[in-house]
Amino acid sequence: MNTANHPEQTEAKAEKKATRQFHSIDGNEAAALVAYQMSESIAIYPITPSTPMGELADEWAAKGKKNLDGVVPSITQMQSEAGVAGTLHGMLQTGAFATTFTASQGLLLMIPILYKLAGQLIPCCMHVTARTVATHALSIFGDHSDIMAIRQTGVALLGSTNVQEAHDMAAIAHAATLRTRVPFVHFFDGFRTSHEINDVELIPDDVLRALIRADKADEHVARGLSPEHPVIRGTAQNPDAFFQAREAANSFYDVTPGIVQETMDQFAALTGRQYHICEYYGAADAESVIVIMGSGAETVRETIKALTASGEKVGVVLVRLYRPFDARFFAKVLPASTKKIAVLDRTKEPGAVGEPLYQDVIAALTESREGAMPEVFGGRFGLGSKEFTPAMVRGVFAEIAKPAPRRHFTVGICDDVTNLSVDYDATWQVELHGVTQALFFGLGSDGTVGANKNTIKIISEETGSNAQAYFVYDSKKSGGITISHLRFGKEPIRAPYLINHANFTACHQWHLLSQYDVLETAKPGSTFLLNSPHSAEAVWDHLDKDIQQAIVSKGLKFYVIDAYKVAREAGMGGRINTIMQVCFFALSGILPVDEAIGAIKRAITKTYGKKGKEVVERNHSAVDQTLAGLQEVAVPKEVTSQIARLPVVPDAAPDFVRSVEGVLLAGRGDWLPVSAFPPDGTWPTATSKWEKRNLAQEIPAWDSSICIQCNKCALVCPHAAIRSKHYAEEALAGAPETFLSAAFRSPEVKGHRFTIQVAAEDCTGCMLCINVCPAKDKSNPKHKALNVVSQQERREQEKVNFDFFLKLPEPDRLRLKTDTVKDSQFMEPLFEFSGACVGCGETPYIKLMSQLYGDRAVIANATGCSSIYGGNLPTTPYATNRDGRGPAWANSLFEDNAEFGLGLRVGLDRKRELAQHLLKVLAGTLGDSFVQELIEAPQVTETEIAAQRERVAALKAKLAGAQQREAQELLTLADYLVEKVVWVIGGDGWAYDIGFGGLDHVLSMGANINILVLDTEVYSNTGGQASKSTQLGAVAKFAANGKGRRKKDLGLIAINYGDVYVARVAFGAKDSQTVKAFHDAAAYPGTSLIIAYSHCIAHGYNLASGLEQQKLAVESGYWPIYRHDPRRREQGDNPFQLDCAAPKIPVSRFTENEVRYRLLGAIAPDRARELGAMAQQQADETFKFYQELAASAANNAK
Amino acid sequence: MTPDLTTNYLGIQFSSPFLIGASPLVDTIDKVLRLEDAGVSGIVMHSLFEEQLTRDAMATIAQLENPSESNPEALSYFPDVSDYSLGVEEYLAQIASVKERTGLPVIASLNGRTVGGWMEYAKEMESAGADALELNVYDVPTDPTETGAEIEARLVQIVRAVRESIRIPLAIKLAPFYTSLPNIVKQLEEAGANGVVLFNRFYQPDLNIEELEVEPRIYLSTSNELLLRLRWMAILHGRCQLSLGLSGGIHHVQDAVKAIMAGADVLQVVSLILRQGTGAMTSLMEGFKNWMEEHEYENIAQMRGCLSSKTSPNPAEFERANYLRILHLWKN
Repeated sequence: MNTANHPEQTEAKAEKKATRQFHSIDGNEAAALVAYQMSESIAIYPITPSTPMGELADEWAAKGKKNLDGVVPSITQMQSEAGVAGTLHGMLQTGAFATTFTASQGLLLMIPILYKLAGQLIPCCMHVTARTVATHALSIFGDHSDIMAIRQTGVALLGSTNVQEAHDMAAIAHAATLRTRVPFVHFFDGFRTSHEINDVELIPDDVLRALIRADKADEHVARGLSPEHPVIRGTAQNPDAFFQAREAANSFYDVTPGIVQETMDQFAALTGRQYHICEYYGAADAESVIVIMGSGAETVRETIKALTASGEKVGVVLVRLYRPFDARFFAKVLPASTKKIAVLDRTKEPGAVGEPLYQDVIAALTESREGAMPEVFGGRFGLGSKEFTPAMVRGVFAEIAKPAPRRHFTVGICDDVTNLSVDYDATWQVELHGVTQALFFGLGSDGTVGANKNTIKIISEETGSNAQAYFVYDSKKSGGITISHLRFGKEPIRAPYLINHANFTACHQWHLLSQYDVLETAKPGSTFLLNSPHSAEAVWDHLDKDIQQAIVSKGLKFYVIDAYKVAREAGMGGRINTIMQVCFFALSGILPVDEAIGAIKRAITKTYGKKGKEVVERNHSAVDQTLAGLQEVAVPKEVTSQIARLPVVPDAAPDFVRSVEGVLLAGRGDWLPVSAFPPDGTWPTATSKWEKRNLAQEIPAWDSSICIQCNKCALVCPHAAIRSKHYAEEALAGAPETFLSAAFRSPEVKGHRFTIQVAAEDCTGCMLCINVCPAKDKSNPKHKALNVVSQQERREQEKVNFDFFLKLPEPDRLRLKTDTVKDSQFMEPLFEFSGACVGCGETPYIKLMSQLYGDRAVIANATGCSSIYGGNLPTTPYATNRDGRGPAWANSLFEDNAEFGLGLRVGLDRKRELAQHLLKVLAGTLGDSFVQELIEAPQVTETEIAAQRERVAALKAKLAGAQQREAQELLTLADYLVEKVVWVIGGDGWAYDIGFGGLDHVLSMGANINILVLDTEVYSNTGGQASKSTQLGAVAKFAANGKGRRKKDLGLIAINYGDVYVARVAFGAKDSQTVKAFHDAAAYPGTSLIIAYSHCIAHGYNLASGLEQQKLAVESGYWPIYRHDPRRREQGDNPFQLDCAAPKIPVSRFTENEVRYRLLGAIAPDRARELGAMAQQQADETFKFYQELAASAANNAK
Repeated sequence: MTPDLTTNYLGIQFSSPFLIGASPLVDTIDKVLRLEDAGVSGIVMHSLFEEQLTRDAMATIAQLENPSESNPEALSYFPDVSDYSLGVEEYLAQIASVKERTGLPVIASLNGRTVGGWMEYAKEMESAGADALELNVYDVPTDPTETGAEIEARLVQIVRAVRESIRIPLAIKLAPFYTSLPNIVKQLEEAGANGVVLFNRFYQPDLNIEELEVEPRIYLSTSNELLLRLRWMAILHGRCQLSLGLSGGIHHVQDAVKAIMAGADVLQVVSLILRQGTGAMTSLMEGFKNWMEEHEYENIAQMRGCLSSKTSPNPAEFERANYLRILHLWKN
């Protein structure tokens, strides 16, 4: 074995701990710690998975943490990554030591400036969590497609393979950039490294200082722009100069690899951790070698350990410094014995001869290899965080060992279309000796992940053991499953892949047993802990056959605890995290249980000490009561259960849903072959109805005798899980016994029945419908028309009722007053059962839009929450009506959504105009008056649209079978003659910040599009960062000390254009105004903008109170609602209508109920009071201004 | 001769009987400084509530933690401000600040109803510099199986526990609804209380007959509320050794005079200032002093309790005889 070049850290860490600082942190924190210490200015913008680095920097600065120079770095949040890069460039031009953090599309937005930084030889180091660039679909997960998209810019690219390196390379990169003057991008794998928690030996400040060459730092400062010694940069050069000047920087790149290596050597002298720009690990006489970058190198190395132990001649070259690529260094580290090389790229470059690293390796060997040229093969792996395991590595070696290997291949998937994927034995594993592997299945809201993060801290700190943790999350916004993968051992753990052989499996939620095969990876003889409502004696009879089979056949030790009962008794509500944590320690034996309990209690005291003694006491009490509730189950020798696990999706689902989405839902998507997927990313809509999540513990039940049939419940439901219909009495034939109806109250429609129906399996239990219900029993007002019942008890009954309800005829749209709350809710929602949060404040608006216009809507959706719950696999919530019509939806990017929507409008208009042109051409055959009607008939109301649809149907009938080219063309375009409604949807991060430039331009164009801004006043999707929509005094990420500046008034900006319809709405405060605004906006023959107040979990309160909060927001003047309709001006009316009365209550009545405001009082009471007073003053001024606007606009109108 | 307004309450010397009662009037240092300028002799801090220390804290923590760690893009929704405190630290800092920046005695106020961890904050209030503690055990019994004796026992248990944890004087703010007020006061005295305050004012819920809902409503006090307090003040004065504070109903000079004459050591004023501002307090105190001068009272001690049931010329008026006489008047 040749391990001389490798920084093995095999000494027992416990001994080192006495003198060195180890911390269990993730890759993001590891990198950010260094970046913060070594920078004086930091520019930030949120993008997954790099966001936590910016958040940490902001939090540290807010708390006054000082950098190496003893000052608090400045933190500058920008409107986009392009803005960040520009600001960074400016900072650097003044001689600042500046940094930033980004990934994926964010990095792409920086590209023009990266060229500038490199071209101007500006020392700078930024940190990138390498993430997939969106192509056929967006992926928030990791690969190198973003890094590879900047390899040509001239920046140096230095990659880390693990969490420790994310810390160490950060320091090396910051030091090297000053010496080389080449800007550095330090990268590590998104999620796999950025979010993995592992033990990191922190670099002391004096080491960081020692790495910085003072003379080089001074030179950078001296180059800063200053009128004291003026220069100009960024000149424009002509053909006579540009080329030579471009070549003038070559020598800087020539020396960079050497300087990086010198810095690594210096780092080794200071810390004992030796790195190289390229490193070889494996057999000294290796014949087959893998070349790779990033975390995958760790997996390869672990595999090689196992393979070389059995005598295989294999090795790996890890490339750390990818740009500038040092061909000679690379050739030198490669063993002379190498005959075959597999270059593994974590990216895809369609159409290229091979992927970038493959091409570099071939070029490097061609230039620098001494001796025989090995054969080089190129493989792709791990795109979008696809698992990369030792079994796959073994498969790659096996592939290139074949007499005629594939020249280009993929690994980790089954490619049954182009047959590029290599076969591998997925069951083969590398034994991790002395490592305990524990797997925990929980829910996001039950605290499982938080407790596990605490567990590894305890184990690391109390035992000196090494710990690794990686968490897999669902893509649902809330209510999703979390799977925690924890490993512990005496040696450092370098296994960046999921656990597939667990010594300990815990299922923290009973219902997950029926949804996931939680024991699939349980090791024979291992321990299984279940949070069970059933006792040790009773639980066996409640388990399904498969679970029993796994327990019996694997000989598992099986324990149960009713953690919810323990939590309730301890006054902990539904928080079971510490209870399950105690059970883990009690069963795993990693620590003596008393010590573990002591450590857990200390952690509780540390976390909650300042929040109240009672809080601490309750948590401690839960810990104390746990062991008494933990019971071992006497496992029978045989399977006794007759309970069969239900299929994930019902057999009635369409083929694609069963064969693709169902497999994804079951967590087995990795096994789907390439042929299962559409090659262009197009996905069917209307499939969320097949995914029954059964999230709610309690659902509403309808009392038809009390209901006043206002339909408010249906309007406010975020998931379209409570619906309303009226129908002729005879439609009730065959109704299930428990199906409820009441006489329909309507002066116009006689003899109809009315039903409010709950979709029990789709309801998330948010309680908004029950809270909004105004109908109370006159003698017992506690009893309303909607009341809480147990979902489990009603599930089967309501399932049948909902199926029957769906089959009932839809109310006639032509007879509905679509601008009223009540009638709008008789229209079928074409947006249903999304993955949005329980109680989401955004989705009711989208659902309303889908009811009113979904059958002819084309939607441009900015990236954000609405694109995730709207378009994240497996299932899709945009639905279709009985005619097969429904919203057509697309997401382009975060920043370009307004432009994208405008493009949709232009494209649709062009098609309509073309169809109209062809109508005119064919008028002789089709009939002049028919053509005239098709072209000129108004298409605003439902009736008019229906009439046009009939005309188009008649047109198609006339054109069918026609031979004339124009007729055939018109047939394909005929549907465009029905007016399409373009909706441009996004959040405030898009509209106020990153997409504002485009939005502003689109507002100025006058195009007939409708823009819906779902305003949560923060970047909700990335975890609540401040936007320009965030209000004064709110605590948000990137505004940890409370936002000190007022919210941008987007509505006023739009009104300023004069011809834009603008509405500011809050459905919880005045639903009728909301419905009217949507109605007006779509009818308005120009650009419309609806700014919709959307309560959000990022506001910090139980969203069951979302509607009350919206009321308070409007009544206090926090969120005045209005409509500005330019058409009214033409009629001599005031275009601006204020739709709310003057504030009756102070703004604080609204803000005091939300953690985002209350938190400031807890952190900085004086600032909270100051900003609170400013917020009140601003609300007063704004309302007064709106009042004046209303008055003056009226005068103008006259 | 200028009358001597000093009074002793809970063993603490106050420059006059006029204190600010527990209320938002003293929730910032600026407000306290203005009240000191207006001449008040001491303040009772706004209350720290058991609910604030338990349920609200749990709820806030839950709101911060529950949405966390469930989505890969948003592992949390708020900055990690791990060292934030939920109200207590600010409260304690406020006590320290008032002590540092004013010469006023500060009575901290703790409000709760069950035996629990919240009671431990008494000690922290003491450490923060409070001169005394006012404990408000506000209970609205709804359980028909719980007896009056059990409720009283719980009150006494809380008082005893708090008493044991602090050395500063302890006053108990009471509700008027006890079967035997003198008895419960006696029990409290035995449990270690140093004074009682008559009475707690309830935030009585109102009924919304249109929405069929119960709504909170806050009424400021009026002089009418004084009578209930005068009666019990007069009955307790001389029947116990405790300091007596009166809270609720002091709006006019005459109200203040009556309260002292019934036996109060101090008067806690809130509604008057909320309604009319700090100036009204100055006028009240000035008027009170003038009244004493005009009526040739030299000091508070001379007035205190002169119309209590012990020393009043017609003590039966405070007791059942008065009830009969009033009924009789109605008949006629």
